[in-house]
Amino acid sequence: MSIIYILWLRQLKRYVRSRARVLGSLAQPLLFLFAMGFGFGPMYQKAGNGSYIQFLAPGIIAMAILFTAVFTGIEILWDRQFGFLKETLVAPVPRFIIVLGRTLGGATVSLIQGFIVFVVCLLVGFRVHQIAFIPVAFVFMFLIAMFFTGLGTIMGSLIQDMQAFPLIMNFLVMPLFFFSGAIFPLNGLPRALHIAIRLNPLTYGIDGVRGAFSTVSTFGLGMDFALSGISATVLFFIGSYFFSKIEI
Amino acid sequence: MTTTTQAIEVKDLVKSFGTITAVDHISFDVDAGKIFGFLGPNGAGKTTTIKMLTTTLRPSSGSILLDGHDPVRRPLDARRSFGIVFQDPSLDGEMTAYENMELHAVMYHVPSAERRARIENLLKFVELWERKASFAKTFSGGMKRRLEIARALLHTPRILFLDEPTLGLDPQTRNHIWGYIQNLAHEKNMTVFFTTHYMDEAERVADEVAIVDRGKIVSRGTPSFLKESTKTSSLEAAFIALTGRAIRDDEASAQDRMRTMSRVWGRS
Repeated sequence: MSIIYILWLRQLKRYVRSRARVLGSLAQPLLFLFAMGFGFGPMYQKAGNGSYIQFLAPGIIAMAILFTAVFTGIEILWDRQFGFLKETLVAPVPRFIIVLGRTLGGATVSLIQGFIVFVVCLLVGFRVHQIAFIPVAFVFMFLIAMFFTGLGTIMGSLIQDMQAFPLIMNFLVMPLFFFSGAIFPLNGLPRALHIAIRLNPLTYGIDGVRGAFSTVSTFGLGMDFALSGISATVLFFIGSYFFSKIEI
Repeated sequence: MTTTTQAIEVKDLVKSFGTITAVDHISFDVDAGKIFGFLGPNGAGKTTTIKMLTTTLRPSSGSILLDGHDPVRRPLDARRSFGIVFQDPSLDGEMTAYENMELHAVMYHVPSAERRARIENLLKFVELWERKASFAKTFSGGMKRRLEIARALLHTPRILFLDEPTLGLDPQTRNHIWGYIQNLAHEKNMTVFFTTHYMDEAERVADEVAIVDRGKIVSRGTPSFLKESTKTSSLEAAFIALTGRAIRDDEASAQDRMRTMSRVWGRS
């Protein structure tokens, strides 16, 4: 227990200490929020869908979470490069525990980023319909964070140098984000796109966040919770498996 | 304290990477409380051997016992019995010296009541107590080394692995650290397994040495035995007599080569 705690604390300390990273990873979602939120807002309204910010905000919150989460997972690569990974790998601790500590730490950090973006969204006009459902939204935000930290852990365990990092971002993380219903509604899409979105686990996480904040969810909160929870758990175990196979 | 007199037992250990055999059927054992020098030219298989002994690399074949524990089948028991200072730095630069020590103490189950006192003692010993709140990334190479040595001793291991521990340290620090390690070995019956390129150092501190070359042990014994058997006057001369004068390419380890290969084949 204390081992999980100290590894969790390590992630938090590293986060708080690198202000550049905090700001850097907030810049992108906020840019999306302002540019798209205000840019496409009038068009969205004209099409009779209401406020675009209201629709977009949960997607942007998820975006802040998922990029931070992938990054904290992939930090294994940095630890490998700077040598600290060896120290954790020879410790008399099951690798599973190490991954759990790191993942919870990464997910917590991501959740904080998500919370900051949530507050900014409130400032630019996003409205929560039922205050009582805010904790539910945070449960979904946490599941998104776990899923992407797990994804980062898998990548960080499998690849051995940082050159692969942009590749992962552009070919895996960005598509997962764009094809998730984060930035556009799911009705009236081409069939292939619709299928891709339905297969993407992030879709259900975002639908859950949106549903909890604004009481309108496409798939129902139960289904969202089940699928997000299962996918986060599966990724966590796959991540632990690959982490346990690391040789240095 | 255990009843086994042999702290490290290695039988027929082999590690090959593809067609390259980095460690080729080596066998040796180290008695508890002894300081054992594992010497060899670059690329001889020293670090590969240490990695297998310390559970970070699976042997291709052969057996290892550390304080009676098999690092392949019971890695957690084996890990509890040793401490290690790696060849390359392994600190978290974004954490302070104290935090690096604390994290190690927790991971090695040092009782929380003793944690602070032990960390303080060891940091004072390596003369870093004044800098306990500084980030490890701000330390010089020598300071990082000292911090890593202090960290490796934190859980009072039965066996201490040192992979070129004094590389880049000045003679004062080297003497100071070796003096302390020799004391620990003799007082607490701690076994020390180290590699170094400083033959004078090995000659001075080692109870016994093994010289490896191309993955095989070419000679073993006390430094004076090696000198006698090669009719030389220093361990350095004996080392050269045994391994030849040719300069070895300071090439990447077999594992590095394998990584390069796998990158070429697209498994980036």
